[in-house]
Amino acid sequence: MNVTQATAQIGSSTRSGLRSLSDGWTITSIIIAALVAIPIITVIGLALSPEENIWQHLVSTVLPRYVRTTLALMIGVGIGTLIIGVGTAWIVTTCKFPGRKIFEWALLLPLAIPAYVIAFLYTDVLEFAGPIQGMLRDMFGWSSPRDYWFPEIRSLGGAIIMMTLVLYPYVYMLARAAFLEQSFGVLEVSRTLGRGPWQSFFSVALPLARPAIVIGLSLVMMETLNDFGTVDFFAVGTLTLGIFDVWMNMNNVGGAAQIAVLMLFFVLLLIWAERFARRKQRFHHTTSRHKSMPRKAVSGWRLVGVLLACGLPLTFGFLLPVALLINGALGHFEEALGGDFLASASNSLMLSGLAALFALAVGVILAYGLRLRGGSFLTSITRFASLGYAIPGAVLAIGVIIPMAWLDNSIDALARQEFGVSTGLIMSGTIFALVFGYVVRFLALSVGAIEQSLGRITQNIDGVARTLGASPSNILLKVHLPIIRGSMLTAALLVFVDGMKELPMTVIMRPFNFETLATQVHQFAAAEQFGQAAPPALAIVVTGILPVILLSLAITHSRILSADIGEGEN
Amino acid sequence: MTNRKKLIIAGAVVFGAIVAISLSDSSTAKDKEVVNLYSYRQPFLIKPFLDVFTQKTGIAVNVVFAKKGMLQRLKAEGQNTPADAVLTVDISRLSALSNAELLQPIKSSVLEKNIPAQYRHPDGLWFGLTTRARVVYAHKTRVKPGEVASYMDLAKPHMKGRICTRSGKHAYNLSLVASIVAAKGEKAATEWARGVKANLARRPQGNDRAQVKAIKEGICDVSLGNTYYMGAMATNEKKPEQKTWAAAVNVLFPGQMSQGTHVNISGAAITEHAKNKANAIKLLEFLSENFAQKMYAEQNFEYPVKAGVPWHPLVASWGKFKADSTNLNEIAKHRSTAAKIMDRVDFDG
Repeated sequence: MNVTQATAQIGSSTRSGLRSLSDGWTITSIIIAALVAIPIITVIGLALSPEENIWQHLVSTVLPRYVRTTLALMIGVGIGTLIIGVGTAWIVTTCKFPGRKIFEWALLLPLAIPAYVIAFLYTDVLEFAGPIQGMLRDMFGWSSPRDYWFPEIRSLGGAIIMMTLVLYPYVYMLARAAFLEQSFGVLEVSRTLGRGPWQSFFSVALPLARPAIVIGLSLVMMETLNDFGTVDFFAVGTLTLGIFDVWMNMNNVGGAAQIAVLMLFFVLLLIWAERFARRKQRFHHTTSRHKSMPRKAVSGWRLVGVLLACGLPLTFGFLLPVALLINGALGHFEEALGGDFLASASNSLMLSGLAALFALAVGVILAYGLRLRGGSFLTSITRFASLGYAIPGAVLAIGVIIPMAWLDNSIDALARQEFGVSTGLIMSGTIFALVFGYVVRFLALSVGAIEQSLGRITQNIDGVARTLGASPSNILLKVHLPIIRGSMLTAALLVFVDGMKELPMTVIMRPFNFETLATQVHQFAAAEQFGQAAPPALAIVVTGILPVILLSLAITHSRILSADIGEGEN
Repeated sequence: MTNRKKLIIAGAVVFGAIVAISLSDSSTAKDKEVVNLYSYRQPFLIKPFLDVFTQKTGIAVNVVFAKKGMLQRLKAEGQNTPADAVLTVDISRLSALSNAELLQPIKSSVLEKNIPAQYRHPDGLWFGLTTRARVVYAHKTRVKPGEVASYMDLAKPHMKGRICTRSGKHAYNLSLVASIVAAKGEKAATEWARGVKANLARRPQGNDRAQVKAIKEGICDVSLGNTYYMGAMATNEKKPEQKTWAAAVNVLFPGQMSQGTHVNISGAAITEHAKNKANAIKLLEFLSENFAQKMYAEQNFEYPVKAGVPWHPLVASWGKFKADSTNLNEIAKHRSTAAKIMDRVDFDG
């Protein structure tokens, strides 16, 4: 019997030993996953009862264009984020060059900028009346747009670039964590066996990092699918725009939900296809002798290339937009800081903070439930519950509002009947409802990060701890949580940063007289008052910087931790 | 205490705290006189009105502002909804709310006196507060007098490559198309939309102001837009460049020799399950009286619905015009058809 088989056997026998004791966890996990899944089920339910059958009309008119545009957008953003994300991650992990330590965390910064904000900033600069085209006209003596050609920013290409610039950090973050974890030994072997550095990257490092990169990429894809602000602003006809058209203009919320569900199937299909493609592969470390990759100093034209590769995404994804925001905010700080600004900021912080905590807790419970007792039912329901990320926020909000109001109204009816008092709406239209909505929307971020991290801890540890008499919850608290705390931080911070940017759910579900930074940006940007929109937008970005830096530290730190603990599989 | 217990207790405490926060939040101002609004109009637009209302009546106004999902939220909340009244722009939203049976009929002699019959629901389900015309902005020199006398002219060959507009799926354009369906039928409206699409200078994008800017820049010669944007641009001290956009164009009222210019409303309605119905009626009446009507006219460059309230001088300078007299309810019925027409001609593609 070879070593791998032995490991597998130990794994499965400890798992069956844990089975009876883990039922509590399994049940808890299923209940929580089901709760989070309710809004998604509601959306599917809506899809089953459309006001009118839209498909004949859609298929014969705009649907082909919607589908084409959506696919092009996804492929474009996918390729863009892969190249930038994986490329920069590889560079900062394996090369030594001035500024590397700064790039390590700074490359994550674009994550703090909402896509709708970067879209309106660049439009201002690149459109006909903007400074760039103005300068070109002065230089060449052109006067009207009929005199020359300039790329149109409000286009599919523009949308791809905007989204790539702010979404690549998801891929970068996960790819870097994966590269950090790879032992140099593997690469050394590859080089000894005659592969060049490029070949080694493509045939060893990249395939090993594939599961992590795919998680990053799927987050990117889901964000691309749920985006409304950017494609609406650029008038790029995607399926998401189609959803809102059917909903608002044809008064057919059921038809809109059908398109959303179709998109969900598409996401599921993609995820399944990827998992199927590597179904036979397992990713473990085969030795406890982890040797970090030595960084190779680069110089000359290589250095220029490396600096450009890391500098360009950072410049266009963060530095330039922030400079534009500061410029736009000048002269508006005073009016912005008065009034609702502080209240909005504290609302944003509170909502995102609570959402991060809850999403983290739910993520840990579900991911650990999966570990204790995979089972296809629990796995399916957890995957299902994480799909909220792929549904446009406004549609998901309806999925939250309907069951919550139903519950509130049922409680109210019961109270009236039994005690003759009305409880009114207890949860609907409160901050609690909103936090729940955020958790449903962002669960994929926390489950993804935690599950990935837990998966790298060998099952033998659980076996040993069980033998020593620890209960599953004890193992989680005493053994796993300390090991994965870096990933827990990652999970919480990702949800926090996304929460600060969240717009559509907040708008629909909020309580009376309630503003967040994002709703303020939206209110003024919708009226094209970019001056007033800039200070709150800047506040969102600034608030995001600290978590993003922490995020980077968490990744570096988790690497050190897992090395300390030694992932001795065999 | 085991770790599991600690975990459970910690969870319960956090949960309790959140419920407490939520409850205290939703139960504020229980004993004060209030009216709760769901608004499709931005807070900064309506706040000045509401502040004066509160000053005068002592009734506090709470607002949730959202454009999407308001109807679904009201519907889900049912009889326990906290909302007393809804403020919207565009007839289609009011009619969607009334079709979903979320509104209640109101009898108010004040509202009936102030608001002409064509701008309110016959049973008092909704009330128009201001009107705005969907006009043609035309470049002062590049467009010759008589070139665009009606909406139909926009679809004719002489306008080839000269038109800019926002998305054909925007509420304002859909209402215009619906009014053409109401007047001339679906087939004629489809041909019209196809003709306009063929005459576009660029793919539909941006808002109504962006089109006037494009005219100024020479991208096109005419655009469709609502009247109040002209006022907002012509008097924009914060963004003076908008004054130059406005200065480049004339306001044309299409259809003076035929159907009349398409007019839409901003309006308000009272929800079926309003808890503060009396206060909500007071608010609507306040918004229909001279003071608020004048404020609408002065601040937002809209046409007051109440007769005798003076227009903003700039708005008045564009002159009186013949408005399409078709009942707005009738136009709203063709809304979904209008959306499908825009798909059929692939207007935004």
